[in-house]
Amino acid sequence: MSDKRGRILLPLIAFVGFLLTWQVIVWIGSYPTFILPGPLVVAQRFVEAWLEGVFWHHLVTTLWEIAVGFTVGAAAALPTGYLLARSRLANRLMSPYLVAAQAVPILALAPLIALWFGTGLLSRSIIIALVVFFPVAISAMVAVRGVDRRLLEMARSYRVTRRQRIRLVEVPAALPGIVGGLRIGITLAVVGAIVAEWTGGEEGLGVLINLARGSLFDIPLLFATLALIALLGIALYGSVLLVERRVLARS
Amino acid sequence: MSDAPAPAPTAIRLAGLRFSFPIGGRSVPVLDGIDLEIERRSVVALVGPNGCGKSTLLRVIAGLLPSAGGVVEVEGRPVEGPDPRVGLVFQEPRLLPWRTALANVAFPLEVAGHEQEAREARALELLALVGLRDWAATRPGELSGGMRQRVAIARALALEPSVLLLDEPFSALDALTRERFNIELLRLWERIGSTIVLVTHSIPEAVFLADRVIVMSPRPAVIAADIAVDLPRPRRLADLDAAIVTRTAAEIRDQLGGATDDAFAVASGTVGHHDEPDEAET
Repeated sequence: MSDKRGRILLPLIAFVGFLLTWQVIVWIGSYPTFILPGPLVVAQRFVEAWLEGVFWHHLVTTLWEIAVGFTVGAAAALPTGYLLARSRLANRLMSPYLVAAQAVPILALAPLIALWFGTGLLSRSIIIALVVFFPVAISAMVAVRGVDRRLLEMARSYRVTRRQRIRLVEVPAALPGIVGGLRIGITLAVVGAIVAEWTGGEEGLGVLINLARGSLFDIPLLFATLALIALLGIALYGSVLLVERRVLARS
Repeated sequence: MSDAPAPAPTAIRLAGLRFSFPIGGRSVPVLDGIDLEIERRSVVALVGPNGCGKSTLLRVIAGLLPSAGGVVEVEGRPVEGPDPRVGLVFQEPRLLPWRTALANVAFPLEVAGHEQEAREARALELLALVGLRDWAATRPGELSGGMRQRVAIARALALEPSVLLLDEPFSALDALTRERFNIELLRLWERIGSTIVLVTHSIPEAVFLADRVIVMSPRPAVIAADIAVDLPRPRRLADLDAAIVTRTAAEIRDQLGGATDDAFAVASGTVGHHDEPDEAET
């Protein structure tokens, strides 16, 4: 009972503490709203914007981009990770490019991709997929490499085909590591979406941030949008956890 | 109890069997001409110093390692790759931790393409055979070490192999549990009637279980001695104190060579002749 109460109460206390600190900083520094609005102002603006329907279509656009980009990126990364783990040749050929691609900041790459593919769903999904790809591929590689060789020998003694080995032994054994990569991937997907939206376009939470900061000069709206993005990240992360728990329980 | 009138056909035939491991670019001979014929439905124990190639020999018979020359035949036909006629029980249970005991036992049947209903029914029979019928839905993490090894034995029996190979199957168990498991293994053997070859470090265990004890030499291994155990079946734990057991055990110790202390160290499995890694790890 006290355990259950603690699970809800402690994070709540921490959150209230965070808001209080924020408010105190605003009071002490007596910052104007366009530098640092207090939490109450932001909350008020958040509710306002939500009721006015400002957020809705931006949110849907971003969510849709993330759905497409994350799915494509993860779907490409999982077999790649497997290949990297099991083929020395593939590893030697691909890993320099993978690491190099990861080392180049997506912030620098995004405008180029927008230049080539426009500022619509296509280029945004590509950017998100690129961001998601690396952590998912690497964690899948590490997880597959970590599969107990003794289990593989056991499976071989029953004459498993390669497909059976992958489906019945390697994937379930690597699953905890793979979902760990997906967790990192989904949070990076949100960052990727905002970065992609900064390169232009009409809709999306990243576009809204640009509008609030620029032409609208509505700093409370900027903070409210940041809060929404944070909530979006938490919600997506939570849904990956849910899927993970269901998948791990079944396998 | 009574011997069959006709000579039992050969279950396993090894002739001039050689095997080498590539270690650091060169090839280290492990098995150096093994000749061995094992009768159908007999129990044979392999003993020998650590790292002499006992586990390697089992893997060659099971088709997990390719021989470097010589004959490996099971039931008169050569072994070429992992063989369903041979069931191998490893030193550790090697169960899939995400599967229930039942699904672990059903694994070989699933790989072989049996229908789900048929393989679950068969797996349940096998679990009953090793006394774990009530544990079918339990995952390995919640089973004791002995139970896990029983599940592994049931799994090895799933494809109805004519030969069951056991690689120090009870080495992780405490002495009392181990004695009980030896009795259980003999009861199981009486019911399934397969040929059993097991590797053990315990000389009393070898004598108690086996019809023949094969003593292997240090690496590169040859067969140093082939000792018949003249103890009637069915055997009971009290037989461990029989004079014939003591005499046979002494003979095996002699054949293992060296000082008695040395042989004792080998027998208890705590100290190796050499500081070589156990070949099972490779």
